[in-house]
Amino acid sequence: MQGQIKEKAIALLRSGAADRVLGWKLGEFFYDLTPAVFRTPEEVERDFVFSVFSGPNLSKYLIEESKKEGRVAAFLKPCDSYSFVQLQKEHRIARENVYAVGVACDGMCDMKSIRAHGVKGVLSARQEGDRLLLETLYGPAEMAKRDALPERCLHCKSKKVVDFDEMMGENGTECPDCGRFDEVERLEALSAQERFDFWRGHFSRCIRCNACRNVCPACSCVKCVFDNPDSGVAQKAAASDFEENNFHIIRAYHVAGRCTDCGECSRVCPESIPLHLLNRKFIKDMNELYGAYQAGADFASRPPIMDFRQDDAEPSVIYARGGDRA
Amino acid sequence: MQRIGVFVCWCGSNIAATVDVQAVSDALAREPGVVFAANYQYMCSQAGQDMIRDKIHELGLTGVVICSCSPRMHEATFRKTCEKAGLNPYMVEIANIREQVSWVHKDKAVGTEKAIVLGRAAIAKVQLNTPLIAGETPVTKRALVIGGGIAGIQTALDIADAGFPVDIVEQKPTIGGKMAQLDKTFPTLDCAACILTPKMVEAGQHENIRILSYSEVEEVHGFVGNFDVKIRRKARFVDETKCTGCGLCTEKCPMRKVPNEFNMGLDNRSAIYIPFAQAVPKVATIDPRYCMMLNSGKCGVCSKVCEAGAINYKQKDEILEEKYGAIVAATGFNPISLDKFDEFAYSRSPDVVTSLEFERLMNAAGPTGGTLLRPSDHEHPHTIVFVQCVGSRCDASAEKGKEYCSKICCMYTAKHAMLTREKYPDTEVYVFYIDVRTPGKGFDEFYRRAVEQYDVHYIKGMVGKVVPEGKKLRVQASDLLDDRQLVIDADLVVLAAAIEPDKSARPLATKLTASMDTNDFFTEAHPKLRPVESPTAGVFLSGACQGPKDIPDTVAQAGAAASKVIGLLVKDKLIGNPCVAKPDELMCNGCSSCEKVCPYGAITYEDKPFRGPNRTTVYRRVACVNPAVCQGCGACTVACPSGAMDLQGFSNRQIMAEVDAICR
Repeated sequence: MQGQIKEKAIALLRSGAADRVLGWKLGEFFYDLTPAVFRTPEEVERDFVFSVFSGPNLSKYLIEESKKEGRVAAFLKPCDSYSFVQLQKEHRIARENVYAVGVACDGMCDMKSIRAHGVKGVLSARQEGDRLLLETLYGPAEMAKRDALPERCLHCKSKKVVDFDEMMGENGTECPDCGRFDEVERLEALSAQERFDFWRGHFSRCIRCNACRNVCPACSCVKCVFDNPDSGVAQKAAASDFEENNFHIIRAYHVAGRCTDCGECSRVCPESIPLHLLNRKFIKDMNELYGAYQAGADFASRPPIMDFRQDDAEPSVIYARGGDRA
Repeated sequence: MQRIGVFVCWCGSNIAATVDVQAVSDALAREPGVVFAANYQYMCSQAGQDMIRDKIHELGLTGVVICSCSPRMHEATFRKTCEKAGLNPYMVEIANIREQVSWVHKDKAVGTEKAIVLGRAAIAKVQLNTPLIAGETPVTKRALVIGGGIAGIQTALDIADAGFPVDIVEQKPTIGGKMAQLDKTFPTLDCAACILTPKMVEAGQHENIRILSYSEVEEVHGFVGNFDVKIRRKARFVDETKCTGCGLCTEKCPMRKVPNEFNMGLDNRSAIYIPFAQAVPKVATIDPRYCMMLNSGKCGVCSKVCEAGAINYKQKDEILEEKYGAIVAATGFNPISLDKFDEFAYSRSPDVVTSLEFERLMNAAGPTGGTLLRPSDHEHPHTIVFVQCVGSRCDASAEKGKEYCSKICCMYTAKHAMLTREKYPDTEVYVFYIDVRTPGKGFDEFYRRAVEQYDVHYIKGMVGKVVPEGKKLRVQASDLLDDRQLVIDADLVVLAAAIEPDKSARPLATKLTASMDTNDFFTEAHPKLRPVESPTAGVFLSGACQGPKDIPDTVAQAGAAASKVIGLLVKDKLIGNPCVAKPDELMCNGCSSCEKVCPYGAITYEDKPFRGPNRTTVYRRVACVNPAVCQGCGACTVACPSGAMDLQGFSNRQIMAEVDAICR
């Protein structure tokens, strides 16, 4: 795939179909790919990388890129395409300035998962069928690709690219039986105190680096409330360490109904906080209260909490679900 | 910094008995920005208002906090006082220390502390208040009445007589409602049709009234003075403009097995029908559930016999879009379903009927031509048992029935009993009651006549069981006054079923954003002082949709609702509410969240130029609020992810300042 995508990027620039290409280049390590904009075929030739580590969701970068002059081509995996559609629904991306190339995806590897399977000192990785062939400091190694996937890919909600101008590889389908809510259900079954302890434990590691917010395609405000002096929460010493915990809860509320569950928040968290579980809890609740809804799956539907229907759940339903079970 | 005056009201002893008002004014005098604090017996009195005015002049107050009753009571009073004294009326804040303090607390120390905290919150808010100026909106001089029963008809007639056009939307093919089904009316025993039908005809002929029968309200948008309403005109498959109401089609229609809802299903009608002889409009309607032509394409008899050529099998539902200044809900009532009252054998015996069915059995235009006959064998009943409060005044813990009194049953049962004894003196009539409630002009005399002159057997106690046995109905009951069990072999049992709001009321309330109580009756803006207005501005209530009512009460309330509508429609302009939403364009990211949640359609988007980096101009999509349409509900301020949308007079900062003041 690497070769084909690189060729496609060069061809798009050469033919003038695109003035810029949004893709990935090497970061600090070979497995640490970072989004990048390429302006010339030479740049693409030199720096463009597509590999099993091309996890970063590119759609958020299109907010700024699509405002610039000319056309930008972007490579969008299924996850990215949901964000892409959601952002269009929020009028954040000028679609006419984007040439979307859909890229089929069967999961993007994560070094944490590889290490968790006991493979250390990895120097390079290559996919062969459903196997991952690795070169390490200690000689070659091999593992099932599945074992190298992060949680978000193991429970992939959809392998379908929703909006594209051109598709590379065969477009996949939605995966309704992905089991992505299993972990949420496990947490729901805990007592309120156990759940509180679970989250306090995770959030106690939060260093407020804001990476989750900055990478999140749903967090696309011109100015975040947490950076707005008028909101009364910015630039203020936290009165207790719970305020930092609140940040995540408020953020989950702010993206509720717009979060496509791309899982970028958890991917970038340097403290490995399972932030996506908060969002999934919201998604699950909304599905149960207002009917199944997937943000970014189409252009017509409205997020359930931005919509009002006469058969909406009455508040009493929410009270009934409350208490220790909530 | 504001110069704030704090005025603490005693409200006589209403507040002062539970709140140490002196301590409150002393404590609030020490708050930052407060230059004056006092307490007085009645702030709303002329002397109290004069004190506010004098202190504004004397001390140059820029903000006023009044610790008194709920802002719903006197906010307008105090705003006017301050406006007259030269202060912007929106620089006034009310701390509600009556409903929220003295009326809900008993302990004076607790009450005083809470009053101080609420006063402090109001002071914190007024610190951030800014003068606001209200806009004006025009009024569409036209009213919509939803429901064409006696309530809707009376309201429409009164509004129309005042010179304003009115549309009546009625879901049935004719107006008239429940009253058209009644036989005689208490307490004067005049014929319901004789007094109703002239009103129906008057409504039908009135130049200011348009009757949209067989229609339903589909959508309501807009606000007081400017409602946009979509009305679904259901296909009746008959051209209303051509049909002469001759009724030939209804005679020739071969499909004759349709339960006649006008006669409560006691007889049948044809698939094409005119509900009753005096229907307005007198136009036939095809029931699409039963018409053979519509269902199988075979028949077409009505079309062949209609000389006016009015039948149109291809007719489709039509959507009318109309503008109104005021809307009146007059959706009326229905008897409850008796499914859960099996002890009375309603579903097992045709000779157990509801009171409304009994009306039809007594009515000259009913299925028996006015002769009282049992539905089962068409024989004359010699023993009739009336059971009152079937489903009314039920225990809250019971899973059936209503907690409230249906109000009309005592009187109509007395009427039924009296009429039966009058027409058929050989009939024994028993009435089982919990209490007989007859407040109303001439009502108790009426009931006493039934007992004393007509020898109706009134028995205090409830019927426990009705068992069909052969041709008889065995009624087991208890006589509480004599403390004995009774068994009566009756020929007919009449159940005074509780009444409940029509099923269309709940979805309508949602469309109107009007509130309802737990029984689905519309709530009034104030139960005593504003009984015909809904809390939603521009929406008024007429008749039994607001609560159980007899005809005199309904007509009185219908007239009251009409006078409120007229009072609104004579105005050329309405002063708006300046407490509306306002976006901060620098923060708005144009995501459309606010537009989606706005129930009034007040939000649009514009591409506006902004200064970009390096002296460039960038265009950004930002929200714009139409202040005339915005009602200040605040939904957008909550939906906005960036906090760009704010409500003037209730800004996020003001509310946070109040919370901070309370938590201090």
